[in-house]
Amino acid sequence: MSSDLESIALEARKSCISMSGKGGCFLGASLSIVDVATWLYRCFLNVSPETSESPDRDYFLLSKGHGVPGLYAVLGELGFFEKGRLDNHLEIMDTVYWHPNREIPGIEFHSGSLGHALSVACGVAKSMQIDKTNAKAIVLMGDGELNEGSVWESAQVAASQRLENLIAIIDRNGFQANTTTEKLSPLEPLEAKFKAFNWRVATCNGHDFDSIQSAFESLTEMATNKPGVVIAETIRGKGVPSIEQKALGWFVKADQQRVESMKTELSEAYAK
Amino acid sequence: MSPYESKLKEIADRNEALIVMTAENRIHIRHLPDILGERFIDVGIAEQTMAGMASGLALRGKIPVLHALAPFLTMRAFEFVRTDAGIANLPVKLSGFIPGFLSEANGPTHQAIEDIGIMRSIPNMGVFCPSCQDELLEHLEEVILAPQPYYIRYNERPAPTGFLNCERVGKTKIPRRGEGLLVLTTGILLSEILGAAITLESSSLKPTIAHLPFLHQLDEDPLTELLASHDQIVTVEDHLATGGLFTAIAEFSARRGLNCKIEPIALTTWYRAGQFNDVLDYEGFSPDKLASRLLDIHSS
Repeated sequence: MSSDLESIALEARKSCISMSGKGGCFLGASLSIVDVATWLYRCFLNVSPETSESPDRDYFLLSKGHGVPGLYAVLGELGFFEKGRLDNHLEIMDTVYWHPNREIPGIEFHSGSLGHALSVACGVAKSMQIDKTNAKAIVLMGDGELNEGSVWESAQVAASQRLENLIAIIDRNGFQANTTTEKLSPLEPLEAKFKAFNWRVATCNGHDFDSIQSAFESLTEMATNKPGVVIAETIRGKGVPSIEQKALGWFVKADQQRVESMKTELSEAYAK
Repeated sequence: MSPYESKLKEIADRNEALIVMTAENRIHIRHLPDILGERFIDVGIAEQTMAGMASGLALRGKIPVLHALAPFLTMRAFEFVRTDAGIANLPVKLSGFIPGFLSEANGPTHQAIEDIGIMRSIPNMGVFCPSCQDELLEHLEEVILAPQPYYIRYNERPAPTGFLNCERVGKTKIPRRGEGLLVLTTGILLSEILGAAITLESSSLKPTIAHLPFLHQLDEDPLTELLASHDQIVTVEDHLATGGLFTAIAEFSARRGLNCKIEPIALTTWYRAGQFNDVLDYEGFSPDKLASRLLDIHSS
């Protein structure tokens, strides 16, 4: 299983780097979510290209919309759409732009403005409960995004509505656009905050598939009637050491030479 | 149960997709929690989460009808309405309580006097401003079942005298035909304008009075006929002159090349808080004050 996941994630990362060479993209923020997205779609979410319209499918919402190259790349690897479509990045005749939109198969909802998708996911999860389906709503937020007050308002509502079929994932890469989260508006103790909001909480290494799996399994073992959150500790720019954890690695616009050098870095990182 | 609640229940009985939501404002929907069970969702005082959540419900085929005070529904939750429901063109229905003068003594924090302009600025958003409870109920089902998002300026005032059997062209109601002066309005002030017309009966001024309940899509042909067949046009609304009825009519007239001068009777800033009739009088929207303002405009 692991080598299959690793190979999907590696190819997805290559696609992200390629997109940074086509007008630029939020590369650092995209690379940090690739492993979590890979694991979700391969091992957890009940959705596939064949069931992407099924009313009983699980819904995945990317709240940190600027990380969408990471999601598109994984969806492309898994056949939700022809992977070659990503070559249209920023082409005016296609809709592969900097934030997700529903014209791309597999994308459940558009996003970009931070602090929205948790509330939308609350509605998705609630409708699943009303429809008596066992489906789940999963939403991935950035850690910088937790600055938004609307996140905490929705966290309160999710708990009060007992949305046990809602799971949030925090991409805890420690950075926001310009600086670290802890320097700007400290989030810690983050686990305690979600616990205080009456959520189930688990933490994992967001680049280790076994650790991600264990975190989701541990949520399942906890008390029900509560929404769950997995805090995935990640590295912004993961896989390309020259941009890892660098403030300037958030958005990268690369020329062809830089694209190749980043792909070389990536191959070397994976070879280790 | 209020007639509004009964109507919602009736629609909900026929359509399982209907969900009633509130941000802890139940004044007009108190009986629905027991009737609708899990199809009634009270999120607490959290308008923006309610709007986002409604979009998630609508994404899976539900038709959520949201209730909160109009200023908070249209302004606190604005970006969620615009970005989540608006961009996706989801059938999220916003029912805003105490819009315009109906907030009476609350003061400016609670005055939705820019709500029509704000909602009109969202592509695909329907805007429904009923003049009375009867008109609210008359169009409620079509508004709820329409495929796009909608803003309802909730109003349960009694129908103005003669309104129920008045002339209709499209959705435009024309309770009074006169000549020379055309008074256009939307929403709650129709009774006061009709009262002004009665006051004016002793004068030479015989205005035509027309009410436009829908502002996102005007009844273009009857409106053109009305605008072209009168010498003077006045719009009356409990809304700022920017963005509401006056703006909509001015835009329409300019687009049609009708070249008419349109005079707004509208608000220029937040209104003096007080009891409803006192507010109308103080701000110049009581029947008597409207009559004299119309006379002034007419003679100017």
